[in-house]
Amino acid sequence: MTPVGSIGGAIEFIFQPQPSNVTGGKLVGGFSQTVELALTQLEVTLLALALALVLAMPLGLWLGHRGTGGFFAVAIGNAGRGIPELALIALMAAVIGVGILNVTIALSILGIPPILTNAFTGIRQADRASVDAARGIGMTELEILTRVEMPLAIPTLMAGVRGATIAIVATATIAPLAGVVTLGDYIINENVYGENGVVAGAICVALMAVVLEFGLAGLQRLLTSRGLKLST
Amino acid sequence: MSGSALLATIEFRERGGACEENPKALFCFDWARHNLDRYETPTIQHLQLVLAAVAIGFAIAFTLALLAHRRHWLQPPLLAATGVLYTIPSVAFFFLLLPLTGRGVDTAVIALTAFNLQIIYRNTLIGLANVPASVRDAARGMGLTDRQLLWRVEVPLATPEIIAGLRIATVSTIAIATLAVFVSGWGLGEEIYKSLNFPTGIIIGGGIAILMAMFFDACLYLIQRAATPWTRKASG
Repeated sequence: MTPVGSIGGAIEFIFQPQPSNVTGGKLVGGFSQTVELALTQLEVTLLALALALVLAMPLGLWLGHRGTGGFFAVAIGNAGRGIPELALIALMAAVIGVGILNVTIALSILGIPPILTNAFTGIRQADRASVDAARGIGMTELEILTRVEMPLAIPTLMAGVRGATIAIVATATIAPLAGVVTLGDYIINENVYGENGVVAGAICVALMAVVLEFGLAGLQRLLTSRGLKLST
Repeated sequence: MSGSALLATIEFRERGGACEENPKALFCFDWARHNLDRYETPTIQHLQLVLAAVAIGFAIAFTLALLAHRRHWLQPPLLAATGVLYTIPSVAFFFLLLPLTGRGVDTAVIALTAFNLQIIYRNTLIGLANVPASVRDAARGMGLTDRQLLWRVEVPLATPEIIAGLRIATVSTIAIATLAVFVSGWGLGEEIYKSLNFPTGIIIGGGIAILMAMFFDACLYLIQRAATPWTRKASG
């Protein structure tokens, strides 16, 4: 076990450009490049998440409300976990071509299963007595969904969104293989950035995942209705 | 690393098959027929990575869950610790380990183990907590000791949730182990990574991983049914 790179060296790499092993000692890394790559990673993550939400959330909510198609929703969820991300990105790049649109589509495929499954189960598990009461006071089906079932299902819905976000931001790391230069560039092109660059890329990706996780936890708190907060 | 991809492309040309004219074709069966043997070693490596990671992950997570089940004050810190491991994406975790453990299979196994710990831990704990209090009281009433209660009542009743956790962990680990190529050069990811711009190679490598995941998922499902006959009677 020979250690590769060092945490200290990686942190230096993030803030201060370092001479590259190749390209004639040209300076690589540093704060401005790191920020640029991080913004690209954030951009493609948010685009893919938005696409996954648009595709999966309404479908999951609708199936959950009707109580049908549970087998389909759960099967998609299980199958989705088995998709090898590396193969997905590589295949997209080889067959359809490189570019941010293709990477967005490939990444959104990873986000669909957790969002769909959790939307379905979350709505299904909403207290039936509350739903019956809502129907009894004359709410329309859409009102029942948006004003009773969805608020009750917020923890499960958000767990799906958080799972999808982590999967997408993690996999966006290998997007440089499909021509979108994210933080993964530091990791994949070790011959340019060196060992410390690899570790620096990993630190930044981990930080980004943690920040997104905290952000979504905050969003969940905002979305949880005040009445439900009091009861717990 | 792109150098190795180039070498691989040359290697493909040498091995022949009808793909020479159109390597960009979605799938060439001729090439697949001639080259299927090259996937044997990566497949075995992939199996080894996954089995090692899931076995170690299960041993640690199951022990921790039993401890936390008995001593409730352990639950918040353990949940936080496993949660952090889960939030740090496995891709990043592979490389964060480099300054500590260097490149190699050990690093890949550690990262994959850390990834599935949280899944198995959480499911085991939920399974144990879901055992009805009345069942627990009845068992105590019959004079079972704490240890007997755990192994004869709580663990068997929690088995469906525990195996559900194992299924999720195994399937996800098989998919994510393709990324182990970047730290160890092991597994099906190696073949996929060599096949950038060569769809046939990517489809075979990814396809084997998906089949492997489906196979283990089905096996674990059958084990769960065999191990918990009462769940079948209750639902049927």
